[in-house]
Amino acid sequence: MKDNDDTTLLAARVREAYEQAAPVEIIGGGTRRALGRAPMGAPLSVAGHTGIVAYDPSEFVVTVRAGTPIAALEEILAREGQVLTVDVPRFGASSTIGGAVAVGLTGPGRPYTGALRDAVLGARLVSGTGEVVRFGGQVLKNVAGFDVSRLMVGAYGTLGLLLDVSLRTARRPEAQAVVRLDQDWPTARAALRRWESALPLTGASYAGGVLHVRLAGLAARVAQARAVVGGEVGDSGVFTDLRDLRGTFFERPGDLWRLMVPPESPWDPEDTVIDWAGAQRFWRVRGDATAVYELAARLRGQAMRLFGADRSMGPWAAPPPAAMALMTRVKAALDPRGILNRGRLYPDW
Amino acid sequence: MNQTVESSHHPWPAAFVRRLRRILPADGLLQKATEVAAYECDGLPVYRARPRAVALPRTAAEVGQVLALCTEYEVPVVARGAGTGLSGGALPHPEGIVLSLARLNRILALDPDNRTARVEPGVRNLAVSEAARPHGLFYAPDPSSQIACTIGGNVAENAGGVHCLKYGLTTHNILALKFFDPDGTLHDIGGPTGEWPLDLAALLTGSEGLLGVVVEITVRLWPKPPSTVAYLASFRSLEAAAASVSEVVASGLVPAGLELMDGLALSAAQDYTGIPYPEGSAAVVLAEVDGDDLAVALEGERLSAIFTAQGAFTVTQAVSDEDRRRLWLGRKSAFPAVGRLAPDYYCMDGTIPRRSLVPVLTEIAALSRRYELPVANVFHAGDGNLHPLILYDAAIEGQLERVEALGADILRLCLAHGGTISGEHGVGVEKLDGMCAQFTAAELATFHALKSAFDPHHLLNPGKAVPTPARCVEAGGMHVHGGHPPFPHLERF
Repeated sequence: MKDNDDTTLLAARVREAYEQAAPVEIIGGGTRRALGRAPMGAPLSVAGHTGIVAYDPSEFVVTVRAGTPIAALEEILAREGQVLTVDVPRFGASSTIGGAVAVGLTGPGRPYTGALRDAVLGARLVSGTGEVVRFGGQVLKNVAGFDVSRLMVGAYGTLGLLLDVSLRTARRPEAQAVVRLDQDWPTARAALRRWESALPLTGASYAGGVLHVRLAGLAARVAQARAVVGGEVGDSGVFTDLRDLRGTFFERPGDLWRLMVPPESPWDPEDTVIDWAGAQRFWRVRGDATAVYELAARLRGQAMRLFGADRSMGPWAAPPPAAMALMTRVKAALDPRGILNRGRLYPDW
Repeated sequence: MNQTVESSHHPWPAAFVRRLRRILPADGLLQKATEVAAYECDGLPVYRARPRAVALPRTAAEVGQVLALCTEYEVPVVARGAGTGLSGGALPHPEGIVLSLARLNRILALDPDNRTARVEPGVRNLAVSEAARPHGLFYAPDPSSQIACTIGGNVAENAGGVHCLKYGLTTHNILALKFFDPDGTLHDIGGPTGEWPLDLAALLTGSEGLLGVVVEITVRLWPKPPSTVAYLASFRSLEAAAASVSEVVASGLVPAGLELMDGLALSAAQDYTGIPYPEGSAAVVLAEVDGDDLAVALEGERLSAIFTAQGAFTVTQAVSDEDRRRLWLGRKSAFPAVGRLAPDYYCMDGTIPRRSLVPVLTEIAALSRRYELPVANVFHAGDGNLHPLILYDAAIEGQLERVEALGADILRLCLAHGGTISGEHGVGVEKLDGMCAQFTAAELATFHALKSAFDPHHLLNPGKAVPTPARCVEAGGMHVHGGHPPFPHLERF
C-alpha cells in the first residue's frame, strides 16, 4: 500500500463542488455502493488517499487515511501483534476503512468488544464547504468540543468527506475458538446471559437451531471457557461470513433487513439469523416493508434495510417530522449546499 | 478571576412570570435572592452569577412547557443537575433562568434481562447502580461525585470515572435519549443498540447543555464481575511509577482502574487518612483488575510482574472489600488532603497519550520549579488523564496570575504531546480560552453551526463550552479558595 496524502486535492475538489453547488459521490473501494439509496453526483475517489498517519503500538491507537483498505490496515497491525478493537465488515478486498466508518456497521463482536463508533477517537474531514477540520483526537478521554467524529460514523458520508480516523487497537487474542451447540433459542439466550460476565466471549449467533459461540483471549481462559460451554468445535467462518454479510443466507433473494431489538425479545419469523447475542436479527423479506416496521415497533426496536431491489428506499425510515427537520439542520451545518453524497441517506440531502 | 456577575435587571414582562408560575408547581419557582443564592455557582465557585429565577419542574411535560415559554420570551435557560460540575458549566446566566432537573428523579424502568435502565435526568449516578445491584448488575461510569451528581449532568459532561479505562465513558453507556429542543419539541433518539440515522446522541453527550434538555436516558447496565483485586505498587521515583503505567498499557492489559499518586500527594494523603504508605515511596500506582477468578488471577500476575520489573520495591494486594477500601482511601481523599497543604489549590484536567507520561510529568516538575509553585499529581494514569494540583496562596499579591500562567503552560504541554485541554471536567466557562488553542477558527465555526442547528436563538446555556471567534488567549483549571473545595464531602479523583 502506498503512503499518499491527497488532502489538498480532495479539499480542492469539494471546494469546487461547493462553489458550483454540484453534488459529489464519495467513493472508497466501491464495495458498499449497494448500501443506502442510489448514489448520485460526480464520483470523487478517496481510494488514492492511503497510508498510516500515526501508529504507536504501545499506545493502542492508529490514525489511518480513509482510502486505506481494511485488509492492509490489519496487516500493519498484525506485524505488531495487534488488531482493531472492533469487528469491521468488509465486502471485498478493496473495502476501505473510510467506507466502513461512513456506513457504520459493526460485526458479530459488537455486544462484547463494542460498536465501531466506540472505537473512533477522532477524525479529520473535509466539510461541505471544502474546509479541512479535525475533531476528537488520539487520546482516550476528550471532552473539548462536540463529538463530531462520532457523528460521522454511520452518516453515509453525508456530513463530511473522511480524510483520516483515529481508531483504538488491542492486543491480538492469544487464542480463539468457535464452538457450536444444538439447542433452542431460549435455552441458548439463557446460557449467553450466564456466560457473559464469566467467559471471554467475542461473538454469539444463532440460526437453524444452532448456537455458535466465539471465545477469544488468554489461552488458559479460552481453554477453561471451552470446558464450561461444551458443544462441538464450530466453523470459524460462521463469524467472518456474518461480519461481511456473506454465505447462503445473505445470498438468497429478497430484501435484507436488520432489526435491532432488546436481546431477550422472542423470535419466530422464519428465514432469519440472530446475531449480537440476540440484539440483532437479520431478516429476509420479500416485498412490502410494513411487516418489518410493525415487528420492530412491537419489540420496541428499530429496523434498518441493508440491501433491496427498490433503491429509492434508504436504510432508515424517516423519523418524525420535527426530528427530520433537526437532522436536516445538522446536515446543513456541515454541508450547507447538500453536495456530499446527496440523497444517499434521505432524498434531497 | 474571582467574579460575580450582577444582572442589569431589565424587568421580565409580567406575563412571562405569570405564565411560568402557572406551568410550575406551587413551590417550583424561586425568585427571592435568598432562595436563588444556592444556585449562583456549581462546583467551580470562583465563577458566580445570580439567576433571575430558578424553575423546579416535576415532570418532563413541565420542562417542555418552560422551554417553549422561554423561547417565546427569548429568556436564556441554564439546565442544572446537582451542580457538582467543575468547569462552571451550570453557571447561571444573569438574564436567564436556571432550569433545575433535580425533581425529575425517578427510575422509570429497570430491565435486568435486557441489561438496561430508563431513568430521569435528576436520578443520582449511584442510585442507578444501587437499584441494579439486587440483579447482579451495575452502571459503569463512576465519576468521583457519584453519590451526588445526576445522570443528566453526566450526559451533559460525558462523565468518566475510575473505571472508564475498561468500561467506557458516559457516551459508551447510553442507548437512548429523550430531549427537548428549545422550542419545547420532544425528540426520542437511539434504540436497543444505541443506533440512529444520525448519531445525535453523540453530539448531545458532552454538549454541556448547549444543544437540548435531556429528560429521559436509557443506560446500559453491566453484570457485576465475580471477582475484583486491587494492587498498590510503590516506587522510589515518579519516573519509574509513570514508566510502569506506560508499560502496563503497552502490554495490552486493560485493568479496570490504573491510577498514580506522586510523593507530595502521598504525604498529604498519609497525614489525612493516617494510613501509611510503604517507607521510601516516591510515588505509587494503584490498579484494579476484575472479572472471573481465572482472569483476575492471570491478569493480576502479569500486572505484578510488570510493576516489579519496572522497579516497584513492594506490591501490595487487596482482595476483601475492606482491604480494597483502605487501599483506595488515600487516593479518594487525595484532593482534600492536598487542599490542606496550602491556602488554595488549582486543579488542572488535561489528557495526554500514555507514552508521554514520563516526559510530561518531568516537564511539569521543571515548570513547578521555574514558577516556584508546588504541584501535586494524583490522576487517572491509565487513560492519560492528568490532574496536576497547583498549590498557592491567593492572598499573596501576584501569585494567582503566576498560577494561571503555569496552568496555561501545562495545558500547552498537553496539546504539544498530542493531548487535549479537558479529559473529563468539561470546558464550561473555565476553559473557553483553551478551546482556542486546541481548535482552528473553522472548527470552532463548525461547533457554532451545530449549536445553531439545535438552538437557533442561542438560548440554551449561551456563552459556555465554545468560545466566540474573537476570544483567544489560553488558560484553564479548577480553583479552590481558602482550603474549601466545592463539595468537600465528596471524594475527588
